[in-house]
Amino acid sequence: MKRLLLALFCGFIFGLGLSLSQMINPEKVIAFLDVTGNWDPSLAFVMAGALAVTLISFRRIPLRASPILDTEFKLPVKNQIDRDLIGGAAIFGLGWGMIGYCPGPVVAALGIGLSDAVIVMVSLLLGFFVHKILFDRNL
Amino acid sequence: MENFTPYTALAGGLLIGISATVLLLFNGRITGISGILGGLLFPKQGEWPWRLLFLLGIMAGALSYHLVFPDSFAPRTGYPLPLLIIGGFLVGFGTRMGNGCTSGHGVCGIGRGSMRSIVATTVFMLTGVISVYIIQHVMGMSS
Repeated sequence: MKRLLLALFCGFIFGLGLSLSQMINPEKVIAFLDVTGNWDPSLAFVMAGALAVTLISFRRIPLRASPILDTEFKLPVKNQIDRDLIGGAAIFGLGWGMIGYCPGPVVAALGIGLSDAVIVMVSLLLGFFVHKILFDRNL
Repeated sequence: MENFTPYTALAGGLLIGISATVLLLFNGRITGISGILGGLLFPKQGEWPWRLLFLLGIMAGALSYHLVFPDSFAPRTGYPLPLLIIGGFLVGFGTRMGNGCTSGHGVCGIGRGSMRSIVATTVFMLTGVISVYIIQHVMGMSS
């Protein structure tokens, strides 16, 4: 129960952060990626702000024996830089630049009922499914 | 550069970093939104309730902010439907294939010093810039 409330709380703070920073505004995101046009570097400061915290906390916290409310840390174990990583990131970036939405802001924009976000979310989930059908060997 | 908002961007970024830190410290989980969404769609035993609540929390946070500051931004209207559909699909497909997005790779992975995340973030930033260049300047969506 505590873990669930904590997840809700963290989501709430995350949503506030996306709104305050304007990551939720796709025009702002596109302006950030538009380095050859009317470039707005603001969103580099979102990354800087987030990394100012995580570059310290994400190195120190996993040194603990366990998280406070659970028995173990669930961290990614892969360390190979492979074709899927690079190809996937490249495809994600192309889509991101097309619409100005990455997954977090889509969820946040759904929360304020933007119709753009509904269409993007449905398409995004379709992308998940197609990837699973094509590549998941456990299916 | 007339829309430059470094202070709110920095403050929002701090909130995002704090959220990810608290989730890691208490629950031991990585704040990667594409992974959290994927875990809801293809659920594993016991792992979906927290994911659902996290996503509901994001929506509640964004909605609360919007209710307090209704003029914080004007929602985009009239964006071409084919772009929304294809772009959304590529974001979904790409983040599954590359195991992460802006939050999982960009905020948490780089924070952990993961070489995979550093590479992924560099790549999606680069292709994001290329994509915007093509859409805005070559195809002429630029306003």
